[in-house]
Amino acid sequence: MSKDKITFTIDGCEVTAQPGQTVMQAADAANIRIPQLCYLEGLTPHGSCRVCIVKANGRLDTSCTLPAVEGMVVENNTEEINEYRRDLVDMLFVEGNHICPSCEKSGDCELQGVAYELGITAPKYPYQFPRRETDASHPDIFLDLNRCILCARCVQTSRDLDGKTVFEFVGRGPDKKLAIRPGARLADTELDITDQVVGSCPVGTILKKRVGFAVPVGERTYDKEPHPEQPVSE
Amino acid sequence: MSAPAKRVIIEPVTRVEGHGKVSIYMDEQNRVQQARLHIVEFRGFERFIQGRPYWEVPVLVQRLCGICPVSHHLCAAKAMDQIVGVDKLTPAAEKIRRLAHYGQTFQSHALHFFHLCSPDLLFGFDADPAIRNVIGVIREYPDLAKQGVLMRKYGQEVIKATVGKKIHGTGAIPGGVNKPLSVAERDVLLPDLEQMLEWAVATVKIAKDYTAEHLETLKDFATSPTNHVSIVRQDGAMDLYDGNLRAVSPEGERIFDGVKPMEYTDYFQEEVRDWSYMKFPFIKSLGREEGWYRVGPLSRVNVCDFIDTPAAEKERQEFMALTNGKPNNITMAYHWTRMIELLHAIEKIRELLHDPDLQSDDLVLQGERREEAVAIIEAPRGSLFHHYQVNEQDEVVMANLIVSTTHNNTAMNTAVQRVAEDHLDGQPELTEGMLNHVEVAIRAYDPCLSCATHALGQMPLVVSLFDHQGNLIARKSKA
Repeated sequence: MSKDKITFTIDGCEVTAQPGQTVMQAADAANIRIPQLCYLEGLTPHGSCRVCIVKANGRLDTSCTLPAVEGMVVENNTEEINEYRRDLVDMLFVEGNHICPSCEKSGDCELQGVAYELGITAPKYPYQFPRRETDASHPDIFLDLNRCILCARCVQTSRDLDGKTVFEFVGRGPDKKLAIRPGARLADTELDITDQVVGSCPVGTILKKRVGFAVPVGERTYDKEPHPEQPVSE
Repeated sequence: MSAPAKRVIIEPVTRVEGHGKVSIYMDEQNRVQQARLHIVEFRGFERFIQGRPYWEVPVLVQRLCGICPVSHHLCAAKAMDQIVGVDKLTPAAEKIRRLAHYGQTFQSHALHFFHLCSPDLLFGFDADPAIRNVIGVIREYPDLAKQGVLMRKYGQEVIKATVGKKIHGTGAIPGGVNKPLSVAERDVLLPDLEQMLEWAVATVKIAKDYTAEHLETLKDFATSPTNHVSIVRQDGAMDLYDGNLRAVSPEGERIFDGVKPMEYTDYFQEEVRDWSYMKFPFIKSLGREEGWYRVGPLSRVNVCDFIDTPAAEKERQEFMALTNGKPNNITMAYHWTRMIELLHAIEKIRELLHDPDLQSDDLVLQGERREEAVAIIEAPRGSLFHHYQVNEQDEVVMANLIVSTTHNNTAMNTAVQRVAEDHLDGQPELTEGMLNHVEVAIRAYDPCLSCATHALGQMPLVVSLFDHQGNLIARKSKA
């Protein structure tokens, strides 16, 4: 018999979900914060960053992809899970070249935001200092792969919302990287400044040119609060 | 040079911004053969900003320094104004930047006078080093020490209100600034203004009285007649934020005047020597031997025709009267002139805080894109040059930064040589006090050695003494 409501618990609090909702959607509706990074409303969740992991009935899973199930017992805000999240975010920082002091996304960066939220003040893992490229060929958009965290938002947004396939992933494992079609520069693609993909990047990889630092210190997203309900990425 | 008999190393040179060392070579009779200030750090900012987008540069390049980042921030922003085709900012934007710059000058000069140089002036160059330090000042002169801290704090608050943070703000953007000064921010600064002005007047008096009292000793200490360089306003007034270059000889004759920043390469040349990471610039028309010069407070006061704030102008006139209106070449007079500028800065801050333009929202302009820019600003330590080329894709492809301490490189080396000859020459034994004289001479310039090589690392400086076979015989080093 199908039910029109599902009831389960997150950290002991009873939560109601609609059938088909994920644990993250139900938590959001109940105003329970689950840290998240690669998730973007309007895209199909795929759990790539794994920051939203929870323990459901004793098993770790990403809450953005995990359907809510009747009677499920979810652990979210526990020291054990937050420590996993810190490790994951830590690795994202050291695997790229995140020079926050000179990054124009600083203060509005969702990676920074989730680090603030988890209380990370400095990475504990050694910096990898990878060699990454920049692409300034497009007249309106600057691409800085030093800061890419492989969240796939741009790949999905360009494909699913803009109807273009400007971005893709190439390589596997530690060699995986964001790319555009082989031999092309950004200026050679269909990318346009009005495309939704331009606002989809959580970090400082896809940037509108010539507007950096227009928002003063004190008025940036994470100057005001460490983890706003709706992270801003414009 | 024949083989020196002894080599003295002072490492690290203390109470300066940056990491460097002094080597003094002596012959068998303990006569000084050669003394050098080596800058031993290297950082490479000019290289690694290549490829970065131009609007990032004002924020990135200020990371050269934690003491006067505002100077780099504003100088880079002035260059980027040109890149975006803006030659004249809106009144609000220019005044907000100027306010930031005067706040920076005020805090940096206060820091140097009270924290770095006052132990030498208050206790004497060869006083017991256990007392001759900032803790000693706090113990013996608590009111003065507190004044120093509060004056620096005030300057830092001005910086925070204008560029967003006390250190490494983001306020200046190409073509303008990103925020006005709110009434609330202004009202936080107003109550302490008169107190700061009063303290600034008193501080000028300390520096002036010290110089007058010790004039006989100071007039020859580390002193050489030099050329002086600074930017000045079109009417000849001291202007720390903007203007054209003027150079005068030791006697006050104009070497050049009205030189636009973009023309600097026609007038200056930089020489590289293999024993220092810091370059040696000189005035082209005078050549390598005669063309070296000084920058900074002493040069600015010597070079300008007047100061456009009343209290500082009165002090300038008194200062210039000492040399009958000719340039004053006494190295230790840097301290006095630095305090005249401290007073000028707070007078300017007062003027600006009462200006309603600062609350205007007319903050950013744009013009026709250019590919090359040179900007010059008078940083607390002297003229700061930023030169950039930006390609049509908005990436920086060339950067050349000549910072104040680099301009003063030959002058500091000459001062070190002079002090070594006057105070170490022929001495059978070298004391800490004698070696401190060398540091006192360097400190007069308030050098920022990290900036000068765009260098990374801890800040101390070292002095070494070598014998004629190159053996180290003395070394002064403080953590």
